[in-house]
Formats: sequence, C-alpha cells, structure tokens
Amino acid sequence: MRTTTELALPPQRRWNIFRFASPQTFYPLAGKMIPYFGVAAAIFGVMGLYVAFFVAPTDAQQGESYRIIFVHVGAAWMSMFIYVVMACWAGLGLALNTRLSGMMATALAPTGALFTFIALWTGALWGKPTWGTWWVWDARLTSELILLFLYFGFIALQASIEDPRRADRAGAILALVGVVNVPIIYFSVKWWNTLHQGASVSLTKAPSMAVTMFTGMILIALAFWMYAIAVVLARVRSIILERERASEWVGAYTRSAG
Amino acid sequence: MSWQSWDQFVAMGGYGLYVWGSYLVTLGLIAAEVVLVAKRRHNVMRQLRSFARAESRRT
Repeated sequence: MRTTTELALPPQRRWNIFRFASPQTFYPLAGKMIPYFGVAAAIFGVMGLYVAFFVAPTDAQQGESYRIIFVHVGAAWMSMFIYVVMACWAGLGLALNTRLSGMMATALAPTGALFTFIALWTGALWGKPTWGTWWVWDARLTSELILLFLYFGFIALQASIEDPRRADRAGAILALVGVVNVPIIYFSVKWWNTLHQGASVSLTKAPSMAVTMFTGMILIALAFWMYAIAVVLARVRSIILERERASEWVGAYTRSAG
Repeated sequence: MSWQSWDQFVAMGGYGLYVWGSYLVTLGLIAAEVVLVAKRRHNVMRQLRSFARAESRRT
C-alpha cells in the first residue's frame, strides 16, 4: 500500500512533514541533533546536581534523605512521558504505516524502561528511611511497576517477531492498550488512599515546596529529558541502518563512512 | 551550603547509603545505556562494512 502512494505522488508534491518520516532524510538530521541535546543534558545535569547538593537546604522533617527527590521525580516523569510518546509513535505507525514511526517507538522503549527502573529504585531507597519499608503494594508503586512490565513486554514482543513491520504492529497494539496505565499512575495518589504522597508539583497551583528544591528538580528533569532525546536519536540511527541495510542509500553511506 | 567537610558530604546526615545509592545507580545506568548504544552503533557499522565488501567482491 505504501509503495503505491509513493509511486503515485512525486516527492516534491508530498506533504512536507512526511519528508522527515523517511528514514533516509531523518538519519542525518538525527545525527546533527545528538550533540546539541547531549551538551544540553550535561549542562542541565551539572546545574541540577549543584542545586541539589549545594544550594537546596536540609529538609526540616526528612533531613538529607529528601535529596533523593531530585532524581526520583524527574525519572518518574520521564517514565510516563516516554511511554506516551512511544505509544503516539506506535499509533502513528499503525495508522499511517510510516516506517520511521515504528523505529522511533522501538528506540524509545529501553530508555523508558530505564527511567521507570530508576523511579522505582530511588523510590525504594527513599521509602526505606521515610516510610520504614522498601516497598508497599499501594496504587502508585504497583501501577509504576506495571509500567516497567509494559516496557519489558513491548521489548520482548518486538524481539520475538522476526519481521520488523509485523513486530511494529504487534508492539503498537500492546503500547496503545497499555497507555491506559499512565493516567492511572498519575492520578493514583488522588483516586486511592496511598502511602505515596500527592503531587509536589501541579499545573493548577503553586508548587508545595521551596523554590530551590523546585529549581533543582526541574533542572534534573530537563537534563533527563535532553539525555533521553539524545540517546533515543542515537539508538534510532542504529535501528535505521539495521533495517535499511539492503537499501541503496545505506550502501552509499557505508562506502562514504569508510 | 549544608556541608562543612567532605566526610559530612559523604555521610548525608546518616542517609548516605540511600542518597548515594540513588544517585550512583542512576548515573551508572545512564553510563551503561550510553555504552550499549555506542556498541550497537559500532556493531552495525562493522556489519555494514563487511556487507559492502561482500557486495563489491560479487560485482
């Protein structure tokens, strides 16, 4: 189906945004963007760590243990955000059958799983001194653990199907069904009576925390965000080459890269 | 600044294990991901080069 549309429309008459939906066009663009996002991640990271350890004061109730918040909250945000982005790409691939969409979804999954693990790990290390336990089966923690399993399921499912286009479609369905878990994670602290505290930051009211704490959290979250973009772009470049290795342009690229 | 000495900084008011356990594992995992992505890239390029060599021998 895709090939017929391609044959029917000459390249210059195709809708502009689809130009970057072609792996061949996206590949060099991604390569150019990686250093910028990598440098931004490093700058935000250093600034964030500086605020987290040298500017933010000791917490009156939790002492120094609260400093885990800076990495915990950013990682938890990323774990949900990356899942939504992954599901969007997967859905786009399913609807429009564009090759790049599936590759983006595949490239996002490991980084999403990484941030989910970090959120759970730092949560456990924070829970022990503040709640007295590493883990409880409350709604927030359980739904976040389900998110980790959704990522693992997506990765395992795609790895088990040899044909990449079929793997994309199967993964897309799993990703789209699983997206229902994201609002459950986000609102779990409101809907259920959880041991986990409510949101420290919300869009509707001023953050319930000191400005320096908030700044540190945002800086590290930004660092994670920039890092995720850089590493996913780097991964998708490898995926593009793997999947398009038989094509003319990859052959030419290999010869030019030496 | 809350620290008077390096030892105080490492101790984190008695929560050193939890705080450093969080930050070091996070940094370690990110470093591991960067290494894995770089390795994947390296492997793909090696494969493509051998593929291209085989191709040029055939023609």
